[in-house]
Amino acid sequence: MRVRAPTLLALLLLLTLISLLISLLSGSLSISWQELLLVLSGDGDALTTQVVLDLRWPRAVAAFTTGALLSLAGALMQVLLRNPLADPYVLGVSGGAATGALLALLLGLGSLWLHSAAFGGALLSMLLVFGLSHGSGSWTTSRLLLTGVVIAAGWGAVIGFLLALSPDQGLRGMLFWLMGDLSYAASPTTGFLVLIVGLLLTIALGRSLNILTRGEQTAAALGVSVLPLRRIIYLLASLLSATAVTLAGSIGFVGLIVPHMLRLTGVRDHRLLLPAAALLGGSLLIVADTLARTLLAPRQLPVGILTALVGVPLFLVLLHHGRGLHGETR
Amino acid sequence: MPLLETHRLHVEIGNTRVCDALDFSVDAGDRWCILGRNGTGKTTLLHTLAGLRSPASGDIKLNRQSLQQLPRKSVAQHIGLLFQDHSDAFPANVMETVLGGRHPWIGPFEWESEQDFAIARAALKAVDLDDMEQRIVTTLSGGERRRLGIACLLTQEPQVQLLDEPTNHLDIHHQISMLELLQQQAEEDKALILVMHDLNLALRYCNRFLLLFGNGETAQGTASEVLTHRHLERLYQHPLQAVQGPHGTVWLPQ
Repeated sequence: MRVRAPTLLALLLLLTLISLLISLLSGSLSISWQELLLVLSGDGDALTTQVVLDLRWPRAVAAFTTGALLSLAGALMQVLLRNPLADPYVLGVSGGAATGALLALLLGLGSLWLHSAAFGGALLSMLLVFGLSHGSGSWTTSRLLLTGVVIAAGWGAVIGFLLALSPDQGLRGMLFWLMGDLSYAASPTTGFLVLIVGLLLTIALGRSLNILTRGEQTAAALGVSVLPLRRIIYLLASLLSATAVTLAGSIGFVGLIVPHMLRLTGVRDHRLLLPAAALLGGSLLIVADTLARTLLAPRQLPVGILTALVGVPLFLVLLHHGRGLHGETR
Repeated sequence: MPLLETHRLHVEIGNTRVCDALDFSVDAGDRWCILGRNGTGKTTLLHTLAGLRSPASGDIKLNRQSLQQLPRKSVAQHIGLLFQDHSDAFPANVMETVLGGRHPWIGPFEWESEQDFAIARAALKAVDLDDMEQRIVTTLSGGERRRLGIACLLTQEPQVQLLDEPTNHLDIHHQISMLELLQQQAEEDKALILVMHDLNLALRYCNRFLLLFGNGETAQGTASEVLTHRHLERLYQHPLQAVQGPHGTVWLPQ
């Protein structure tokens, strides 16, 4: 495992660079390799420089950040709930964010308000689930999961209600937001910082996470302080998802599938799995977003559709040829 | 100095009183066996002694310090527990699982060292799993899983080893070899607390006995002190007959 880690990370870093380059080269204004190199060295013409540095670069970074945040949050949720089907949204964070965002859109508030409202909704949902799942008994996995799923269903109803209330011309923007869309993404700087901090924290917790996957009792017997660790994972995963949703809406599929893609190729140590998931999820979303804005250009597609279109076949191939969800060799 | 001791320990689960005001002390070299019928709380008591659940009242002291106040990590450096059974939601191979036993000994930013790997390999060898390092745990047989659990416990290197039915799923050869391995451990200034249902294996490998009668009453001592005909028939609610075997008394159910 230790020998393979640098190789895997190097490959994924290369994949990230390639997808970043493809994204900078693709779009309605066609740019050649030579022009891109000129822009990157500071000698490009004004229009090309503007398109690459002001439009495509921030959007690619936003896509990478969102994909990486979602994959990291998904991997954490799967460990927290000990459920391979968990994704970053299972506990209602995206529902809260969507409610906030839709409310802002319905009231006709500006884009700054949109992002604040989304983040506020996500935080509210996170605290609601955290508080309610305590109850009178202990903080068990099933209580947390049930509370989260029920709160998420509640947000679903509120979202439906807001969609029913909103005028026809606002619906399109709302639907794009619900499916996830990077064209309104705010500056990714804050998100990228959150990603780096989250990544460092989770890598420090990596070995404890490995132990926690064996069950709470076993982990406690091996010296893990289970309750504080689970609270940290919950808060961290929720904050990472909230940041991602605030950047680009509820992009589905990435957070569920990316950790499994790595598990299917035999990566099990979370100290490797988490950074690898961030890189793979980031590059997957760069590719999906590039396709979303070029496939039917000038029309833009919600990137959530593309993540599924790219991810489903990739995942099925891995499932078919890989080691199986429980790692058994066939 | 006792490694682990309890003072007026009161443990309950559901409506069952496991023990009432139990004073119990475990020294290096002790090989305790907890005996009792199903549902008398043997596992609950074991988990309480490992600090995984709180007693209703009373104290547990590990090296004279209160168990409840010690951080989990330092408890795990001194007390290890083999659970009755395992569950897996995520895959792991044999080596990764055994290395988990080193967790309490490694700092948050450290990786497993060559020495940790060497300890893990030695433990796998001791339980006859040394050729299976890369096998995925879910593909092992029940008995191999059991021995893997024991290897993980050995890798943890605790002074007090708690084992919940360690001979479950094991064939006769491995029942004997595992118990001999554990006995040997106890001779090197460690202590064992086993939960066993095989009274005769317990008699052969343990030197202290704690009987849980299911109503909070307990009896403890050496075999000659507590494993009397009257106690055992009361304990198991079944008639038993003592027969002299090559290793001493053997109890047969009638």
